[in-house]
Amino acid sequence: MLDDTKVETLLEVNNIEVIYNHVILVLKGVSLSVPRGGITALLGGNGAGKTTTLKAISNLLHSERGEVTKGRIEYRGRPVENLSPEALVKRGVVQVMEGRHCFEHLTIEENLMTGAYTRSDGAANVKADLEMVYDYFPRLKERRKSQAGFTSGGEQQMCAIGRAMMSRPETILLDEPSMGLAPQLVEEIFRIVKNLNEKEGVSFLLAEQNTNVALRFAHHGYILESGRVVMEGPAAELRENPDVKEFYLGVSDDGRKSFRDVRSYRRRKRWLS
Amino acid sequence: MSTDFLYLVEVLINGLMAGVMYSLVALGFVLIFKASGIFNYAQGVMALFAALTLAGVMEGQVPFAHLINAVFGTEIHHFGWHVPALLAILLTVGVMVIFAWAVQRFVFRHLVGQEPIILFMATIGLAYFLEGVGDLMWGSDIKTLALGLPQGGSRWIEDMTAGMGGDDFYGFFIDKLDMVATVVAIILVASLIAFSQYTKHGRAMRAVADDHQAALSVGISLNFIWILVWSLAGFVALVAGIMWGAKSGVQFSLSLIALKALPVLMLGGFTSIPGAIVGGLIIGVGEKLFEFSVGPLIGGATENWFAYVLALVVLVFRPQGLFGEKIIERV
Repeated sequence: MLDDTKVETLLEVNNIEVIYNHVILVLKGVSLSVPRGGITALLGGNGAGKTTTLKAISNLLHSERGEVTKGRIEYRGRPVENLSPEALVKRGVVQVMEGRHCFEHLTIEENLMTGAYTRSDGAANVKADLEMVYDYFPRLKERRKSQAGFTSGGEQQMCAIGRAMMSRPETILLDEPSMGLAPQLVEEIFRIVKNLNEKEGVSFLLAEQNTNVALRFAHHGYILESGRVVMEGPAAELRENPDVKEFYLGVSDDGRKSFRDVRSYRRRKRWLS
Repeated sequence: MSTDFLYLVEVLINGLMAGVMYSLVALGFVLIFKASGIFNYAQGVMALFAALTLAGVMEGQVPFAHLINAVFGTEIHHFGWHVPALLAILLTVGVMVIFAWAVQRFVFRHLVGQEPIILFMATIGLAYFLEGVGDLMWGSDIKTLALGLPQGGSRWIEDMTAGMGGDDFYGFFIDKLDMVATVVAIILVASLIAFSQYTKHGRAMRAVADDHQAALSVGISLNFIWILVWSLAGFVALVAGIMWGAKSGVQFSLSLIALKALPVLMLGGFTSIPGAIVGGLIIGVGEKLFEFSVGPLIGGATENWFAYVLALVVLVFRPQGLFGEKIIERV
């Protein structure tokens, strides 16, 4: 779907800085762009700032006492920093939060229907999209009447993605879909993401710790480390990059290394940067 | 049928109806707590304020008359008209919606993400502020609600049942106002449940109750939902205020009905609408039966504490109340 020549940039994040509680500096100048129709991966370890970046874009920081203090975020060329999350959903950007966050006491189907809250194009279209979501996630159809809180982690992740799809989004910000899931399930979910990307034309910005899977499915990748982008490039190139291989994929030219070596190398590298 | 048994039945029926009155107050608490996790201490005062407003509007009283007179040196008290009941109720609903908006805009919008105890404290402040506003707007004298609701015992039921247990049984005494309250409560609860189960905004309301952040992320406006919930709670407060006000006059002690709702909530669970109803009924019946059977042995006045003791016992064995949402915890 994505060829690198002449694609429109949907989302442009320009050198943003995020501060929590007025004192904790979490992002120290992050820039990235998401092209239409692409899957862009945002990689990095714990606390690197992936989730904060996504929340800064979707404007969910406010309720956690965080704010964007510098930089600009533009969607289709228009600034979105001051939009409410609902206004952003109406413009076509919806976030799937880390840890799924299904509505536990609502059934799966009710969960999906809440995704259509901002829509005003009639019940028939919403119904059609519900069927569309069930086509991509047949498992959800089986469990449609179950309370979401009692479904499995994988089903909840599907429910969260399906719920986002119900708003007919242009871009989905997908935070850590692999969290706590078995490897086969991770594969299944990523395949569905790829499918949604190719067949429904949804662009993804994907934050992921599982670098291996993410780089196999994404087109482009950014690597964050303590609040900064330290590397970026097409996914295929990143996959071959020796540093990425060593630090994020756990392989190097001289075979597997012990964790102790990796950590000391990192410390040295931080001195240099 | 023995007379004793019939007396017991009468006590039961009256207990059920008293329970309905408690439930009406408890409902308002449940609505707000479910959607926002706020225990709204001001619910009782909201009932008082709604009843005061309704009475004031119907009598054509000028709001803030004392203030206006003091500032401009005028002598106005009444517009000199009487507003028909239905129109006055609509106007009062409007006032409660404005109140809901103001609470959201000036208080809770600034407290997003704060600890529950802070929000609770805010509602205490709100309660006394609202009581003051009610006083300032409508004066502090006792008002009657002339809505034309039936009063007194139902003669019809009394005549029907007289003589059932022999000549010395005079028939059931059942308060007509309680009967009206029961019907109103049934309609109110049925429509509230239908609203929250089958409409888009009702679903959004439940979604917000489950997870604020996730609700935000799918584009539900918390602000709108909270105004909606406070408006609904205001409407429920109005209904409770009408029923209690018709029973005992609209006076400032009306706000104490909140204390009657507390054990109902502990029993039925803070998060369940049916729980508020069943909890109210259990407390109403339990209270009356206990007073009827055990009361004489220990010198009466058990109604003051029985409900709380019952609620305490339930709390020990089922902390979420009889009908509270199970805390879903996957292992």
